[in-house]
Parts: sequence; structure tokens; C-alpha cells
Amino acid sequence: MPRPQRGGEPPLTAEEKKLRRRSLRYRLDTKFSPYGFVAPFFLFFAAFGLFPLLFTGWASLHRVSLHAPTDMEWVGFYNFTRLMSDEFFWNSLWNTFIIGVISTVPQLLMALGLAHLLNYKLRNSMMFRVAMLAPYATSVAAATLVFAMLYGRDYGMINWGLGLVGIDTIEWEAGSWTSKIAVSTIVIWRWTGYNTLIYLAAMQAVPKDLYESASIDGASRWKQFIHVTIPALRPTILFTVVVSTIGATQLFGEPLLFGGTPSGGAHNQYQTLGLYMYQMGWSNFNLGRASAIAWTMFLLLIIIGLIYWLFARLIGRSTGSKGA
Amino acid sequence: MRNTARTPLGTRGTTGRTLRTCLAVTLGIGLLAACGGNGNDDDNGTGGGGDNADGGQDPVTLSIGVFGQFGLEEAGLYDEYMEANPHVTIEQTSTQRNQDYFSALVTRLPTGSGLMDIQAIEVANISEAANELGQYFVDLSDAEGVDLDHFIPWKVDQATGADGRVVGLGTDIGPMSICYRTDLFEQAGLPTDRNEVGALWEGDWQAYIDAGKEFRDNFDGNASWVDSGSSMFNAIVNSYPERFYNEAGEPVYQESEAVQTAWSMAVQAAEEELTGRHELFVTEWDNGMANGDFATLSCPAWMLGYIQDKSGGEGEGAWDVAPAPRPANWGGSFLGVTEASQNKEEAIKLITWLTAPEQQAKLFERRASFPSSAEAQQMEVVRDATHEYFDDAPIGELLSAAAADIPTLIVGPRDQVIQESLSRGVVQVEQGTDPDEAWASTVRSIENAIAD
Repeated sequence: MPRPQRGGEPPLTAEEKKLRRRSLRYRLDTKFSPYGFVAPFFLFFAAFGLFPLLFTGWASLHRVSLHAPTDMEWVGFYNFTRLMSDEFFWNSLWNTFIIGVISTVPQLLMALGLAHLLNYKLRNSMMFRVAMLAPYATSVAAATLVFAMLYGRDYGMINWGLGLVGIDTIEWEAGSWTSKIAVSTIVIWRWTGYNTLIYLAAMQAVPKDLYESASIDGASRWKQFIHVTIPALRPTILFTVVVSTIGATQLFGEPLLFGGTPSGGAHNQYQTLGLYMYQMGWSNFNLGRASAIAWTMFLLLIIIGLIYWLFARLIGRSTGSKGA
Repeated sequence: MRNTARTPLGTRGTTGRTLRTCLAVTLGIGLLAACGGNGNDDDNGTGGGGDNADGGQDPVTLSIGVFGQFGLEEAGLYDEYMEANPHVTIEQTSTQRNQDYFSALVTRLPTGSGLMDIQAIEVANISEAANELGQYFVDLSDAEGVDLDHFIPWKVDQATGADGRVVGLGTDIGPMSICYRTDLFEQAGLPTDRNEVGALWEGDWQAYIDAGKEFRDNFDGNASWVDSGSSMFNAIVNSYPERFYNEAGEPVYQESEAVQTAWSMAVQAAEEELTGRHELFVTEWDNGMANGDFATLSCPAWMLGYIQDKSGGEGEGAWDVAPAPRPANWGGSFLGVTEASQNKEEAIKLITWLTAPEQQAKLFERRASFPSSAEAQQMEVVRDATHEYFDDAPIGELLSAAAADIPTLIVGPRDQVIQESLSRGVVQVEQGTDPDEAWASTVRSIENAIAD
């Protein structure tokens, strides 16, 4: 909108001056008050997000013990370079990756299927939706402790059930794969409902006439799901994949409480990056090395984020050409 | 239609907005300030009487941080103290696992916030508390009213830092015995009388393993000989003075006789399938205890109370207790006063009272936690004590004998980390890893953990 030209205007009357003053105040108001409204978030972020991030970064460049966190000795990037040859770091990175894959993939597939079912006209659909979200509202600690008991070797309900159908006792916690699967099921149980609701919300935004024309063309329910629902959900799916990946990289509470120690089993068989960082900082009291692991996790997430971003752009281009 | 950007608003509207903006900003800052200030408030909140030097009858709240079933509250000692000192209120916070408890404590000590007036310290962490963390605890070596002479000397030594500072007063020690199930022993054709059982393995852990083989061969059922290889490892390793560190404070866990012997014995038991491959202090272990899934377990004094709690009615009459192959100490704790406490005087008074010979004797009577006070150990109530749950075993006599021969352990800064890693190594062998491989990976794990 064109602004009034100051130079060429005739002298202002008092009334006009008053109006202009007001309009200046108004302009300042519209310009700055939004910052005021978002300020609390940024202040909190600075105190509880940015400061810890920077402090951790600073600590990672030092030899520093939890016993005296202010007593730092500069070591440069040694805490990072030593991670390259740290078998425990690579082990926990591998564990994080495996647990991430075997929890995220089934979880999102199940969520997609469940959302599709809930999208049909159902009796008591609200009840189902609330039930879906119940695990998400449960605390990690409570859920994990129950799961740890279910997976117990001698007195766990799962082994008891397997025993009924003639399968021998499985030592869930001791095995490399069994323990990872057990931890994954806790994650799946807690997060499937959450993703289901997100998918469901996206599905309800898909125009009904697309389905109508598809069914007129003779597409079955399954074909409609594959060719109408999934393409329409693409951005939502990408969003849930990103969020789940971040969650999986930071996985901590479930493996910690499943075994009860930060070592993640006798062979470190389910020690995730988060657990290794915790063990380094709070069992070994080496805050500098723990900080380096924390920053490595952060950098990993940035790299993963960039990959997703490139991926999203590629998808955007390919669908953009079709005019969808 | 709504006003567009061009139309100026009335003055009221503008001030309204400005006001709201300011409000949003100040609220944000205010909240932050409130959060920042909270930590300090907490420190003062623990007791109002701190500033008054007269130490009189101003009401005082003393907070105590402990781990597990520490026993002081359970034995009713707090109530007794509060009755005798009406101006004192004692509040206890307990964390189940010492590992979690100590991690949290170490995080809080340097910042001085979130601490209790009194903090319990387990023997595995005492060296660290006395040296690296010594500055955060009140020095009790010359504190008023504190008498260190009634404790057994090595208990005081453990709590003494290199600079002579004493950071804690001993509560109990853990002289070790072996608890066993008479019902399972009988089925396997082993003796059940505690003297005969003790004679089975007297002086030699190898004899204990041999008895286990006999049990395994003759027992018809699923019970194992011992609950876990790692608890056996700890029992053996603690029967030597030099375990993980030598006198000079250098790590010697790779070649010390203690670790060598304990490792080979535990590995032998694991390979002979005598161990129940349990993890300690988890529900499965508790259930196994109640259901007779294992015939023996290492039993420091404080474990007797634990077994009674967990085994309860189902194990009633089945348990008995015999001397361990070699005298050793497992566990035991200290009480220290934090420098951050606002009520140091009152707190010192309380821990002095709690660890005094009379109270230690009471703790033994009620919870079977064995006194760390030499004076208390000599008391008749201690020497003649029996334990009803363990078939009236003369635990006073039995544990006193064990306590008399406990070697003076050399404690080191990373005892807990080293011990836990070695325990995990034993578990690896139990789970089928080749012992040499398990040993190598354990050493790598410890080296990684204690590296700077």
C-alpha cells in the first residue's frame, strides 16, 4: 500500500498532526508488540535451551569433572577426536540406530493403518481416539517399569504366555536383539497413538470428492488408500518421520529404566547414545566427555535434518510438476 | 469491518496494547526471575532456626537424604529423637538405588542447592566423598560433641580425606555370612545345621563351589546353588585388603590377588552353572528369594532384614544363616553434614546421636544392621542377639566373629565404577561369553571409564 509522501505535502493542521502522532504510535505498536508476545518463549529458550547448549559446547572442549564443574582445563577437540576410536561410542550409536529403526518403522506403519481405520464412520469414534492417546499420556517411568516386569525372565508375563504355547524361556534383557526389541516395544506402545492422531487429522483434511471420483473410477478401498490418502499425507508423514527420528536419537528413559543402569545391559547391548552420555557424566563423572557426546548427538541431528530437508525439496519438486 | 492498518486507533486502544506488550515482557522476565530465585529459597526453606546462634528451642527442620531401606526411620530412631527434642522435625528422602542417589548428590554438591542437611554415603563412594568432594562436607574431626573414638578405627579411616578431614560418621558395617535355604539343602542331602553347613566351606571359597556341585548333582528341581555370580564375586573380592587400588592410590585391579581370585571363582561357578544369573535388588531376584529359586546367597548383616522383608511368609522357616568361607565386609554407610546446610550444629548433634553406641545397638536389634561402633559391638544386646526369622540364629555371635576378622579395605576414588564393571563382566560369562573375552572387554570398559 502506497505511503504518503512527506516532502510534497501541505502544512498539517493540528487535527492532522494528532492523527499522525497516533498513527506513529500505532505503527510502532504493530511493529514491536508481536516481539513482546513472543518474548517469553525466547527468554525461556535462552535460559533453558541456548545457555545449556553453549555451556555444553564450551565444556566439551575441556577436561572437567562433575565434582567441580567450574574447574576446567582446556583440551581442544580431544574429547571429540577420541570418540572416533571409542568402541563404546560406536556401539551405542549402532544401538541407537537399530532401536530407532525397529521402533520407528513399525510404529509409523501401524499408526497409518490405525488412522485409516479410525477415519471410517465408527460408533464411539471419540472413545477410540482418546484410547489411542492414553499411552502417550502415561509417564515413561511408569510404562517402562511395567514393561520391564512383563519382560522378566522367570516371572514375566510374556515368558509365561510363551511357555503356554510351548516356547522356552527367553532372556529378554540378556540378549542383544531381544533386549533391543523389548525396548522398541515400549517406544512403539507409547508413540503409536500420538502419530495415529496426527495422521487422522491430516486424513480428515483430504477432500471427500477425491475419494468419490476415485470410487466412481472403480478404485477399491485399498487403491484409494494407496493412491489418494498416502500422497495427500506426504508432508505429514515426513513430519512424523522427522519427529520420530529426533525422538529415537535422544532415546533415554526407556533403556535406562528397562535395565535400571546406565550401562544398558552387561554387554552394553541396549546402551543408547543418551545412556552413554549419562554414564560418562554421572557414573564416570567426566563432564567434558559427556558434553562432547551430547554435542555429537546434536550435530548428528542437524545432519539428519539437512538430509530430510533435501529429501522434502526433492519430493516437493516431483509432486509440484504434476500440479498437485 | 475491522480497522485496517491505515486507520489510527483511539488512544485507549493504543495504551491498552502497549500495556499488554509490557505485561507480556515483564511476565516473561518475572517468571525467569522467579525460577532463578527458587534455588536460594529452597536453601533457606529447610529451617528457620539456622540464623540463631543460641541453638535454643527454635523449631528446626532437619532433612536427611538416604538410599534404599536405610533403616534409621524403620527402626523408629527419628521418632525417638524428635520426642526427646520437640523443637526438631526430621524429614527423610530416600532414593531406591545408591547409584542414582549418589549421582544426584554429586550433581548437587558443587552448586550447593537441592541438598539435604544430612546426606548418607555408601562405603563404595566414601573415598570420593572424603577427597574430591571433601570440601562440600562439614569436617567432623574436631566438631563439637563428636566422639570418633568409639568407632572401629578402619571405619573412621575410610571417611578421612588425605587432608585429615572426616566427612562422615559410620552407621553400620556389613560383616558377611551366607544365608541358605534349609528346605533345599535337605532335599539335596546336604546338612542343614548351621555349624555343619559352616564347616562345609570353612576358610575356602573353593569348598563352597564344591558344595555347590554336590548340590547341583543331587538336587531334583530348578533351584540354583547361588543367586548370582556377581554377588559371589563381590563377597570374595571384599575379603582382601587390596582390591582395586593399592596403598599408593594406583589402580591395581588387573593384577591384584583379590580380583584374580574372585574372578576365577565366580567364572568357575558360572561355567559350572551353579549361579542363578540374577541381577541384585530387582523384582525377579526378590521373587526368587521368596520362592526358593536359589539355595544360598551372600549375606552381609543388613541383608538379613532385606530377606525377611522380601521372602516374608512364603519363605518363613526356610532360611538359616552360617558363617562365610572368609570374613569380609560388604556395604555399610556413613552420615555426613553438608556445608550448604543452614542447620549444621543441629545436624551434627543429630548424626552424633544416631551413630552413638546405644542407637547402633538398637539398629542392630531392630534391623540387624551391624554396628560400626566398637563400643556397641561389645554390648550384650549385640553379642547375644538372635534372629527369629532365621530360626533364632545367634547372629550377634556369628557376625561379631566375622566382624573381628574383616580386613581393612583400601578404598579408592573409582571403587564403585570398577566394581560394577567387574560385576557386569561376570554377568557376561554367565550369559555365555568366553571368560577371556569377558575379562578383556571388562578391562577395556574400566579403562574407558576411569580415563580422564
